[in-house]
Amino acid sequence: MIDGVLGGPVDQDYLVQARQMQAMSFAVHIPLVCFGIAFPAMVLFLEGLWLRTGDPLYRALAKRWSKAMLILFAVGVVTGTILSFEMGLLWPEFMATFGAVFGLAFGIEGFSFFVEAIFIAIYVYGWDRLPARVHVAAGVPIVLAGISGSLMVISVNGWMNHPVGFSIRGGEVVDVKPLEALFNANLWHELVHMYLAGFIVAGFLVAGVYAYGWLRGRRDRHHRVGLVVALSVAALAAPAQLLVGDWAARTVAERQPVKLAAFEGLERTTKGAPFSLPGGIEIPDLLSVLAFHDPGATVTGLDSVPADDRPPTGIVKVSFRTMVFIGTALTVLGAWFLWVWWRHARLPSSPWFHRALVAAGPLALVALIAGWITTEVGRQPWIVYQVMRTESAVTGASGVPVGFAALGLVYAGLVAVAFVMLRRLGREPLEVGS
Amino acid sequence: MLPDLVAGLALLALTGYVVLGGADFGAGFWDLTAGGAERGAPVRAMIKRAMSPVWEANHVWLIFLLVVLWTGFPVAFGSITSTLAIPLFAAALGIVLRGGAFALKGQAATIAEARALGATFALASVIAPFAFGAAVGAIAAGRVPVGNARGDEWSSWTGSLSIVVGLLAVATGAHLAAVFLGADSRRAGRAELVHAFRARALGSGVVAGALAIAGLLVVRSDMPALYDGLTSGAGLACVLASGAAGLVTLWLEWRERFELARYAAATAVATIVAGWAVAQQPYLLPPDLTVHEAAAPDATLAALLVATAVGMALIVPALTWLFRLALSGRLAYEDEPRP
Repeated sequence: MIDGVLGGPVDQDYLVQARQMQAMSFAVHIPLVCFGIAFPAMVLFLEGLWLRTGDPLYRALAKRWSKAMLILFAVGVVTGTILSFEMGLLWPEFMATFGAVFGLAFGIEGFSFFVEAIFIAIYVYGWDRLPARVHVAAGVPIVLAGISGSLMVISVNGWMNHPVGFSIRGGEVVDVKPLEALFNANLWHELVHMYLAGFIVAGFLVAGVYAYGWLRGRRDRHHRVGLVVALSVAALAAPAQLLVGDWAARTVAERQPVKLAAFEGLERTTKGAPFSLPGGIEIPDLLSVLAFHDPGATVTGLDSVPADDRPPTGIVKVSFRTMVFIGTALTVLGAWFLWVWWRHARLPSSPWFHRALVAAGPLALVALIAGWITTEVGRQPWIVYQVMRTESAVTGASGVPVGFAALGLVYAGLVAVAFVMLRRLGREPLEVGS
Repeated sequence: MLPDLVAGLALLALTGYVVLGGADFGAGFWDLTAGGAERGAPVRAMIKRAMSPVWEANHVWLIFLLVVLWTGFPVAFGSITSTLAIPLFAAALGIVLRGGAFALKGQAATIAEARALGATFALASVIAPFAFGAAVGAIAAGRVPVGNARGDEWSSWTGSLSIVVGLLAVATGAHLAAVFLGADSRRAGRAELVHAFRARALGSGVVAGALAIAGLLVVRSDMPALYDGLTSGAGLACVLASGAAGLVTLWLEWRERFELARYAAATAVATIVAGWAVAQQPYLLPPDLTVHEAAAPDATLAALLVATAVGMALIVPALTWLFRLALSGRLAYEDEPRP
């Protein structure tokens, strides 16, 4: 355990508010990250279709989606800036003590962000001015930077859950190995999990917009193409996500057994641990199977650590379940589409399918946030797992509740602004030139 | 050696932000002062046209600065962000308000909506650079001690130097914006706007110069160590270079040589930043914490430098392409009729 280089824990009456402020800021930013990951690839796919077929509808749709992409990127720029500031404004002791260990990842992320900002401007403002091939080429770095940027941010989160690349001697951080910290063992499953989540969230949300149009009677080819492209992406990513989720859960079981115990609310270390469903139904041995692929495996319980070192189990348990149930439901919905598409080469014609799609986008968002709550609250009371406690990291500045309230108001306005802009964009008629 | 190189990186990022991000803030200042909805419309349209393709990229310099500080000088970063939480949070909120209002400005459905958004954008454009400037002034004045919120949360950044540097940040941004927008207007063939921005460039240049001199006087009376740094050696060279570049800018504006004026104005502002950095050597947080004491271990600094070298090799050509396209008018503001 370590207190930090700025002088150790300070009096802070509003630790909980500081955590909530950070959580709110992430909850606003992370959906935008999903679009940063998935939207450029979806837009480029449409533009590629246009180049191959010459069908102007694909180009018109790609152009429209790219405008939405730019709006969401701009909002992401400012919410990402808030996050960067909050790292220091809320958790100065964490940054001061460990910035040298994990900061490199953010440096590389900064460059990814730079590449994104440059090429997204060229791409979106260059539609009618650049030769077609140059224009497509300008889109590729946006996709790549989306991957490398999320890789780096995820690396830091992975590191907080599995801190490596340094030693502690006499209460000080020494032997810093930034590359070891960067490529910590949590990086890969967290990255793939988040990357797929990006395609699921963005895919279902975009598909939901067109499904809503379908329900309102807008069933032309434009709406069909928009729906099929977005939904295909989400429907293919969803089943893969179940497998990656299994990989992630087993990694947690191995490296953060107390967090896994919080997923299930497992009080005592149990051999052949059950998994409980809503309504008090218990499936014997299922937790052992999920965590270790072995019905007889012993699952560590919360009682393995002192009460002070346990995460708040209620919220972690509910969040984990929410994520898993929504994820499974979305997979079923995606499978319905894939089946009908494969057998009949058309969309399911049931209005219930389209109603489910309208709900799927917001539900995917809920699952995304629930997943992050699971991993972040599940890490508590540690900011750096089993090394630094969150209460040691918090700022000594006063006024945390004032900042929280101010940011809450500003974010409410920002979300409203983004929503209004996207709706206006959606109401413009699609200009299909030749 | 490594700490100095990384400090140089931080300085580069800060300069990039002060010049490019500062000009974006300055454009907001001219938006604020452009006059009524009808009279100010051409100026506001020109601002929007010039800013739209580049503001995200200009903004990244700030992120880069934060990242270099917390990776390369984590103790200084934690001390700065905790003691100066109020101005930094104000600046961050200003950036959000500004981004949101700017994005929506062109789409307002009614005059009242457009006014509210325009006012938000413009006010935030003034508050953010002032708050950043006040924070820099607090560091230069030696009011940010090492520790978690160890300095006073109000008086640390409300001293005379903070106020002057805050105003200077607003004024230099406005000056840069006027110079850049004048050149953009000339390229766009908008003669009436060329003259409007030329007048603004001249006026704001004089104000910025006066504030820079006022800053020097404040430093002389309150901070003798910093004053010594600014009046000897490399610090003095920067001060003189800044003054000379400022005069050259005014002369170029007077002679309507707008393209050259861009570079002269940028030099005048960049050398102020460099002069401050050189003058407070070897300290990062005067009067106690030096650059070398604050620096992260060599392994981290080396990795950061390598990552930056690779990153710059990617960024510089890309950024050059973006600016070339933007300056030649090939990135059209989408609502404009195409020629």
